[in-house]
Amino acid sequence: MSAAALRTQRSVTSEPAIVRWLLIAIVLAFLAVFLLLPFIAVFVQAFASGAKAYFAALHDADALAAIKLTLITAFFAVLLNTVFGIAAAWAIAKFEFRGKNFLITLIDLPFSVSPVIAGLVFILLFGSRGWFGGWLSEHDVKIVFALPGLVLATVFVTFPFVARELIPLMQAQGSDEEYAALTLGASGWQMFWRVTLPNIRWGLLYGILLCNARAMGEFGAVSVVSGHIRGVSNTMPLHVEVLYNDYKFAAAFAVASLLALLAFVTLGLKTLLEWRHGDELAALRGHR
Amino acid sequence: MKISIRNLCKSFSDVAAIDAISLDIASGELLALLGPSGSGKTTLLRAIAGLEPIDHGRILFGEIDATRLSVQERRVGFVFQQYALFKHMDVLDNITFGLRVRKRRDRPAREEIRRRGLELLDLVQLAGLEARYPNQLSGGQRQRVALARALAIEPRVLLLDEPFGALDAKVRKELRVWLRQLHDETGYTTIFVTHDQEEALDLADRVVVMNAGRVEQVDTPEGIRQRPATPFVADFIESSRRDEPPPTPPSNVTPFVRAV
Repeated sequence: MSAAALRTQRSVTSEPAIVRWLLIAIVLAFLAVFLLLPFIAVFVQAFASGAKAYFAALHDADALAAIKLTLITAFFAVLLNTVFGIAAAWAIAKFEFRGKNFLITLIDLPFSVSPVIAGLVFILLFGSRGWFGGWLSEHDVKIVFALPGLVLATVFVTFPFVARELIPLMQAQGSDEEYAALTLGASGWQMFWRVTLPNIRWGLLYGILLCNARAMGEFGAVSVVSGHIRGVSNTMPLHVEVLYNDYKFAAAFAVASLLALLAFVTLGLKTLLEWRHGDELAALRGHR
Repeated sequence: MKISIRNLCKSFSDVAAIDAISLDIASGELLALLGPSGSGKTTLLRAIAGLEPIDHGRILFGEIDATRLSVQERRVGFVFQQYALFKHMDVLDNITFGLRVRKRRDRPAREEIRRRGLELLDLVQLAGLEARYPNQLSGGQRQRVALARALAIEPRVLLLDEPFGALDAKVRKELRVWLRQLHDETGYTTIFVTHDQEEALDLADRVVVMNAGRVEQVDTPEGIRQRPATPFVADFIESSRRDEPPPTPPSNVTPFVRAV
């Protein structure tokens, strides 16, 4: 085959083979150094003192308390942000009002604010010297250095995830199906549960998944409001830091390996969702 | 049921979409709202359904003042331009939706709901397709499902928004004949919106020609053809006879430039 024939077969946007291979090699090298290597390192370190030490570290009372606290915090944060995300997406996608773009910008705020600031805000509001601190201590309500504070900080950091997934999806779907349900006699509540929610379920699940991963892994904001009380207000990421600072490397990496596994599970579920419901999720990113 | 519209007004940010329209629709009549895009015909249809809040005027269903009723209470059968079928429900569930969302005391038994759904499916000549999902149906079939779903609630009035707009020319002609037969069989008062003069004159008992939120003429197809009341009507009938306007593109699709 002549060179000219080859040239015409190649798509106009594709590069010569050598350029393609070079690009792929660079990407793979990058991924290996920044993702794969650290991931392997976590597990190698975690099992450095043997499997027995690994499981002992996870069975430790403080570690178990941290795992439990992380799960509870993430549960409430994800629940609140699911409700908030649906409400925000509904308001933005289905109604016209002034200040709509400002609201969208506000929803993105946690992405641009340092998590440490997010934590500090709650200390300033609810801490013992904060605005509401006096009232709270009089009524014996603990927010900072306790579960409510952890949930608040986590909610702040993770609230764009669900809303961000749902807004484009709901905008693309429009409101005709909802209108149809209303003309057929459905109440607003029935319309929501039987028409709106089923239409957004995969996008919603995707948002919840990302929200949950971030909620469990959050360090900065939680670190500020936690107070680092072992076995009481330490979440998993904080517990890792405490163990590491105590030179308990194997135990630190054992707990860290759980967080790494969480990332793996999230990635797996995300891929599964994209594979099974790719059309709908692609629609929500605006490229079909 | 007789439908009366009294001095209806609706404006969108100072532009009148409906400008003091009054209209009487006889019980069992098949009425067409004909006009170019932006003439207010769809807004009028949505106002009758209660989907569009109005500024002034009244809408009467028989003796009932529908202006005070919510969308649900009006019990209108609305067929949307893009059908708005529930994507995640099969055909039978789509058709019976209006029965299944009723309050418990008004809701027929499960077997009765299924029986009525299948009966309606038969009426729209889609028997055997009850387990299909909307995306497994052709455009014409979706249209019929949407119609059956609207009929299931035994509506006071049937409202169709560009019922043939999204179909190709051949299917459009077939469905037109079929819709006329179905209307004569069931006898529902029916109002449909179209921009296609041929469709309106062919199908309707009476045609309302609209322009810029006002009614230009209300007459039988014969009357409109032979005695256009205003220069606009004469021009609209004449120009659309010369070249049919393209169907309005669905709102969520970017309009494309037509090669001339």
